[in-house]
Amino acid sequence: MEEDFKPGEPVIEVRDLYKSFGDLHVLQGVDLTVTKGENMVVLGRSGTGKSVLIKIMIGLLKQDRGDCLVLGKEVSKLDGNDLRDLRLKIGFSFQNSALYDSMTVRENLEFPLVRNIKDLTRAEINEQVESVLDAVGLLQTINQVPAELSGGQRKRIGIARTLILKPEVMLYDEPTAGLDPITCLEINELINEVKEKYQTTSIIITHDLTCARETGDRIAMLLDGKFLKTGTFEEVFDTDEERIKSFYDYNFIQ
Amino acid sequence: MSANKKQFVYGKSLDNALLAVYDAYIFFIRFFREIFRGRMEFQEIVRQCYAIGNRSLLLISLTGFITGMVFTKQSRPSLSEFGATSWLPSLVAIAIVRALAPLVTALISAGKIGSSIGAELGSMRVTEQIDAMEVSAVNPFKFLVVTRVVACTIAIPVLMFYCSMVSLMGAFLNVTLNEGTSFIAFFENAFEQITFLDIWTSVAKAVAYGFTIGMVGSYQGYNASKGTEGVGKAANAAVVTSMFLIFVEEVIIVQVSNYFRI
Repeated sequence: MEEDFKPGEPVIEVRDLYKSFGDLHVLQGVDLTVTKGENMVVLGRSGTGKSVLIKIMIGLLKQDRGDCLVLGKEVSKLDGNDLRDLRLKIGFSFQNSALYDSMTVRENLEFPLVRNIKDLTRAEINEQVESVLDAVGLLQTINQVPAELSGGQRKRIGIARTLILKPEVMLYDEPTAGLDPITCLEINELINEVKEKYQTTSIIITHDLTCARETGDRIAMLLDGKFLKTGTFEEVFDTDEERIKSFYDYNFIQ
Repeated sequence: MSANKKQFVYGKSLDNALLAVYDAYIFFIRFFREIFRGRMEFQEIVRQCYAIGNRSLLLISLTGFITGMVFTKQSRPSLSEFGATSWLPSLVAIAIVRALAPLVTALISAGKIGSSIGAELGSMRVTEQIDAMEVSAVNPFKFLVVTRVVACTIAIPVLMFYCSMVSLMGAFLNVTLNEGTSFIAFFENAFEQITFLDIWTSVAKAVAYGFTIGMVGSYQGYNASKGTEGVGKAANAAVVTSMFLIFVEEVIIVQVSNYFRI
């Protein structure tokens, strides 16, 4: 039976999560709760396991120990159709967009749609594709191939591709990485628009403090495999903790 | 799989080799499980068949024609020593149908198609396009691997027939220029000695080679390690492994067909 989450109820729960790659201990007892309709930003330096955390949430990686519940289901225990059903409710925006480069923008967007929702007419497919492209402001690129798009456009199309299945949860992996400051602001706005329009619960992985401040309802600071501090932007950075302060100073001085 | 192992049972190299064989076995079994599960991607299979034909046609035409012509030229002196140049069409036809056309097609395809599948899937793996399919609840194995293996298994036998015809045309050109044999006389003579067993053996070879090229290329690409270096390695390993397996299969199929011939 489908669970219906109300605002304030936990949609994502991570408890005492551990993940290692050989001798590299990436996550060492991570705890995190994200409630319905919340934008949670996971901040941290490169290589601290932020992406690993959301890849565990969508079942691309498996934790060594601990629990990871998304929409009430322990992801590591799902397989086959159960995992597929859960993935239909989760949108994952990749750091490098991961657009299918042999397909046009239209085909990229149609690809998950026609394979997951049966008996759609051509008119319905076109309507949905155009609707999400319009939502990300790139309707004019519909017949272009990814190689013809800019970095920011590729990010937007990547987000559009996840939105076409109307997910309940959005996972953004470094949405502003490698983009110029203006495009970063546009992506931040888009993340907030997606939250409003599609009523999503989101986790945004980033090391960009502007992105964190603009998009996050709460922020969790990941350092040395654990969350050092969780709270609003002001709560997290109003601290004497040297490592958090240096992260803040470095980001804004840069 | 092996990266995290610290304790080796038979030593690092042998353990890794055994694990690689096990991985390949799992991949092979998964293919047969996935092919009958869910809906078949017919449109993608047709697209892949077209791409395979399109990529190899020119090269197969050239190599097939030259093989037929050169083989005829090389065989003539030996036959003329016994005054048996009239046997040239049937000798060449037997050689082409039984051995040359399947092998030439397979080796060209391994180089052209196998490497291309390895590189394409490898590149999709390292740019996270395969992960993107997985997270959007699409089975990437079914869409990428099953379609390519099926397309190779269908398209390579067709290319093999085409290669046989082009090689025979090359042989005919050489024969007609030297002996003045007519087109009809050449082909009547050529097909006189060809049996159904020869044709079925060639088809069996081409099917086996096509399946091997598709499987090996897909396996190498699908399991490419991270980075652009991994893409190059996948393409290279796809060609080398396919060619090795093609020769192993050639020996086995010839042994089996000879058993039926007797």
